[in-house]
Amino acid sequence: MSDTSFDQFRGSEDYVISLALKNAVNVTIALKRPLLVRGEPGTGKTLLAHSIAQGLDKRIIIWNIKSTTKAQEGLYIYDTVQRLNDSRFGDRDVSDIKQYIKLGKLGQAFVSEEQVVLLIDEIDKADIEFPNDLLNELDEMSFYIPETNETIAARYRPIVIITSNAEKELPDAFLRRCIFHYIDFPDPKLMEEIVRVHFPHIQDNLLREALKAFYALRGVEEFRKKPSTSELIDWIQALTLGGIPPARIASEVPFAGTLLKKEIDYDYFTNRRRGWSRARI
Amino acid sequence: MFTDFFYLLKKRKVPVSITEWMVLMESLSRGYITDMDEFYYLARAILVKSEGYYDQYDVAFQEYFKGIETPAEILEQVLEWLQGSPDRTTLTDEERKLMDRMDLDELLREFEKRLKEQKEQHDGGNHWIGRGGTSPFGHSGYHPAGIRVGGDPGGRHAIQIASERRFRNYRSDLTLDVRSMKMALRRLRQLSRTGPEDELDVEETIDATAKNAGEIDFKWRRNRKNTVKVLLVMDVGGSMTPFARLCSQLFSALNASAHFKDFKYFCFHNCVYDNLYRDIEAGDEVGTDYVLRNLELDYKTILVGDARMATEELVERYGAIYYYERNETPGIERLRQISEHFTHAVWLNPEDPYYWHHPTVMMIQRLFPMFELTLEGLDRAVKRLMVKR
Repeated sequence: MSDTSFDQFRGSEDYVISLALKNAVNVTIALKRPLLVRGEPGTGKTLLAHSIAQGLDKRIIIWNIKSTTKAQEGLYIYDTVQRLNDSRFGDRDVSDIKQYIKLGKLGQAFVSEEQVVLLIDEIDKADIEFPNDLLNELDEMSFYIPETNETIAARYRPIVIITSNAEKELPDAFLRRCIFHYIDFPDPKLMEEIVRVHFPHIQDNLLREALKAFYALRGVEEFRKKPSTSELIDWIQALTLGGIPPARIASEVPFAGTLLKKEIDYDYFTNRRRGWSRARI
Repeated sequence: MFTDFFYLLKKRKVPVSITEWMVLMESLSRGYITDMDEFYYLARAILVKSEGYYDQYDVAFQEYFKGIETPAEILEQVLEWLQGSPDRTTLTDEERKLMDRMDLDELLREFEKRLKEQKEQHDGGNHWIGRGGTSPFGHSGYHPAGIRVGGDPGGRHAIQIASERRFRNYRSDLTLDVRSMKMALRRLRQLSRTGPEDELDVEETIDATAKNAGEIDFKWRRNRKNTVKVLLVMDVGGSMTPFARLCSQLFSALNASAHFKDFKYFCFHNCVYDNLYRDIEAGDEVGTDYVLRNLELDYKTILVGDARMATEELVERYGAIYYYERNETPGIERLRQISEHFTHAVWLNPEDPYYWHHPTVMMIQRLFPMFELTLEGLDRAVKRLMVKR
């Protein structure tokens, strides 16, 4: 191997990772390109970044994207209003513009003294043009502040993890620069591993019954929102605390409200519970 | 390396670019890839940028690499053979050592042995598509069928994974799912400034402040918001049953698109008559006249239906096939009212346009621009709804 730094990331204690994802993460680190992660809600997209930070013992900087977020905010904000205010009432030296430049999350990641993990969470929430506005900055890992005539360049290129829920609206030019991974919904085997990470002492038959019921529920096409991993974890927690005997789980599906979050799904389920348990178990 | 694979991906309509290909080459040359599984995932992560293309990638991968399944250690050599000449003089010492560790004759025997075994399991059609000529195990007819070289039979190898084609359902050209519909509907927007004046207009503020001799004078303006309102009117009659799923997906997509100013939904049986229904099973009805009176004409109106019925059901008084309708006004008249009331209205037809040569379909087509209920049709319909009049 010419580059010994490959294969750095192997998952962390509380995050089970597939071979495909592990490879994607490692190539991201090695090639210093952003990793774009997509997948159903609740498949652990955001957790991945935390796990990378933990596994590689790095600091994590999180940039949560909202519908109103502008690309500029991630770089820096020039607080003109404060400066104007200071010029009238304040006692600060307003000719020093530097003190009114506030670095955004991307800027913070660039100036950090060590390599950090930068999570850009839910990039698709922002305006359609948002990713394009960041193209150059993510490519060069630097940007220029005209107000102070300064260039902020990354001392250590951060490991950039970008998550997204929707598809297709990200511009091609942006996609070309990313490594892409789609987190598929875990199969029962991987799911068992995931659950065991969270509940190391879980009884085998409880887990088996719970998974059986869970995947059967996921198979119901009529649900608006299918239960996902995080709901399963909550549900198993409830089952354990409630001391439900495993034999009753699949037939009764107690605490179904933990799994089904939409009212119509829950109604649909309770109406058909009888037929459902007869048909599938 | 693997240049044919690049073109094969292109042929399979996976949008790969040279930039991405160079990245893959870079990571190959840096030695990040040690076995086929890693190659499969890595190439996918670098080249394919949407789960919608995972399936095409799998197909191309299968087509290109079909016939080889290898354990980690010898992949490099196998790839090299397939690639071209394993000219030992060009190998580095390290590589030569690796090569020497393997007895070529033994490997060959193994190949043949496995070849016989495989013939029964795979159905013979496996042949190497790729380079010919110089390679000892190329497609020269020497090893036409599935070759499996040792390895752990329980393991999941890249080709197997590719051949499972688990991402078939994500293909965007085949399925019209809620998500892709939402993407198409996203274009239904018209931004204009409405609501309270709560956004600081920096330009204006600077201007006013300067005019005010430096005394700050804040100027506010209204936020930009989407003003598009949508009305969905859907046929839920018997002939629509085969398309029920498609229609409910369209409904979910519209309903879940949060960016509309307003979204109204009604359904009807077969054709629009005197009443529209909020919920047809519950008999929750509302007069068509009432709806038209109360909805502004700038509602973007989408009618969904197969538009196929007996001619008298469309043009005659009391033409409704359901006894309880007893329509005073013929359906076609009602449809004309709708098309005249709203400035923008389209008709989405889930049936293949091949079947649109039907009297009632053609009559309705004269009232509404009709599009097929596919992603492409939806796209065109949305464009039509946004056209300025």
